[in-house]
Amino acid sequence: MSEQQFYHALKVDRDKCFGCVHCMNECPTDAIRIRDGIATIRKDWCIDCGECMKACPVDAIYVEQDDFDDIFRYKYRVAILPSVFIGQFSKVISVDEIIEILKGLGFTHIVPAEATVDVINEAMLEAYDSDIEKPLISTFCPSIVRLIQVRFPGLVHNIMPIKPPIDTTAIYYRKRLIDEGNNPEEIGIFYVTPCASKIATVKAPVGEDESFVDGVINMDFLYNKVYHILKNRNVAREANETDAFEYISPKALRWSLTEGESSSMKGRCLAIDEIHNVIKFLNKVENDEIINVDFIELRACDQSCAGGVLLSENRFLTVERMKKRAENLEQMQIKAKEISFDHHQYIKERLSIKPIEPRSMMGLDNDMATAIKKMERVRRIMCFLPGIDCGACGSPSCEGLARDIVLKDANLSSCVFMQRMMEKSKKLDPQHSIRIIEKTWGKDRLDKDCYKKGAKNEGN
Amino acid sequence: MEFNYEVEGGNFAKAGYAASSVKKVLKELNVDPKIIKRVVVALYEGEVNVVAHAYRGNIKVDIDTERIFIEIKDEGPGIPDINLAMQVGYSTASAMVREMGFGAGMGLPNMKRNADTLDISSSVGKGTVVELTTYLVK
Repeated sequence: MSEQQFYHALKVDRDKCFGCVHCMNECPTDAIRIRDGIATIRKDWCIDCGECMKACPVDAIYVEQDDFDDIFRYKYRVAILPSVFIGQFSKVISVDEIIEILKGLGFTHIVPAEATVDVINEAMLEAYDSDIEKPLISTFCPSIVRLIQVRFPGLVHNIMPIKPPIDTTAIYYRKRLIDEGNNPEEIGIFYVTPCASKIATVKAPVGEDESFVDGVINMDFLYNKVYHILKNRNVAREANETDAFEYISPKALRWSLTEGESSSMKGRCLAIDEIHNVIKFLNKVENDEIINVDFIELRACDQSCAGGVLLSENRFLTVERMKKRAENLEQMQIKAKEISFDHHQYIKERLSIKPIEPRSMMGLDNDMATAIKKMERVRRIMCFLPGIDCGACGSPSCEGLARDIVLKDANLSSCVFMQRMMEKSKKLDPQHSIRIIEKTWGKDRLDKDCYKKGAKNEGN
Repeated sequence: MEFNYEVEGGNFAKAGYAASSVKKVLKELNVDPKIIKRVVVALYEGEVNVVAHAYRGNIKVDIDTERIFIEIKDEGPGIPDINLAMQVGYSTASAMVREMGFGAGMGLPNMKRNADTLDISSSVGKGTVVELTTYLVK
């Protein structure tokens, strides 16, 4: 496995992070530790779900993105735009208006990310009749795929080896432009991402050899640009209804919302959103507690992509607006742009991905005898730790600390309660225990600071 | 290495706690996912049996590099005819239990299928002991 496979889009801004425990407590895979007063992310454990970013009180966790000006390296600048982008705008703003602004910003083509959903849905229905283990799981949400790899390795075989729509849409559109006679080198395809995990898979695809897009643009960046232009216009302009936008079917428009996939699958289907809900549910699936289910739609964010970490508008409003837009398409009987027969075949031939491999991060050791010894140590250490999961040691829980100690990434004296006990029995010098705390929480951490969040001089 | 879990009779919401805990342990010990699945499925069935039929129970799990041994011991009505109970589809579960989606008469057969050895001893009016062994090296 190359190092590329563990590319992560989530980064910690060392200047902004002041080492609180919010992100560490929220992380569903226990991937965060506080060291030297800064949150550090364990690369192999992180699934790029973005929960840490949502939890950070000082915006110290950010999503790396490509430079917007990169688009101008290409003559044909294609934006693959997920429906949730437009869903953020109220209904008084027309789709054509938004498209016009996006073109003004430099894109030559705007393509809905869900344009190829029908081809994917067909393949999913075929998978239903295949011998793939049930319940089937789709690759739609990249954080879910990563979660299954690291936490539920026994369920990797339930993942249908079919590309997610944004990949097939990128492949489809590149082919279309080439077929129209354009130079492939002059085509740049950019994905406007609602989340961190999508960036990570674009940079280091799971089950693919290469990426299908040339760059990624964060959705909040683009939303701010478009919103700014809308707000600074003198008059609401009548957008000229040209061939600006290729509409997609109402089904495709709803695809990225909760129940978008499950309502289009056969058999008994369930939809679960929000990462902690998903983990609880997969636990039951793994125990065979849940049987006779054919398909489970799993999404890392609450309200699926409408709750993506890079969305700006309230997720419930976004869902409502998207559903309204889908209903309007139905009522006005707006025809979706049809994919030609040849292109349909072209996409179909490129749909499959390699089997997803497990890469469990839960093992204490590769050798079972050693792992048993280590676990016995963890259990002995747990006899002493207070069990209140305060996080003051820099690990997410007492059990997490016990594991870190055994794996030599922390010491028993990292625990503030243990420090008191060691001082009491004169095993630890009080000055030393201050040094230990500073090692976890950074120098000057125990000094008075009236400028911190919530203190009297905040914001001065 | 030994682990112990208590099981409360009648509380279906808690059924599966021991199975999930053991699953976490086995993952940390790097046991083959296929074996984990077998162990966990058998244990979950055993847990549900205690919840559905007994008053209370204890689960002991002993793990070494050779095998995983599970003992499920309950205080309950016991099983009058073990051969009958081992038959697929045979169930003494109440209507209420069946309504909750349990009691299909698959419990013991399912446990047998997912373990390498299964031993049951029971005395009517006192309780039942089920012993399961899964070998890691074959």
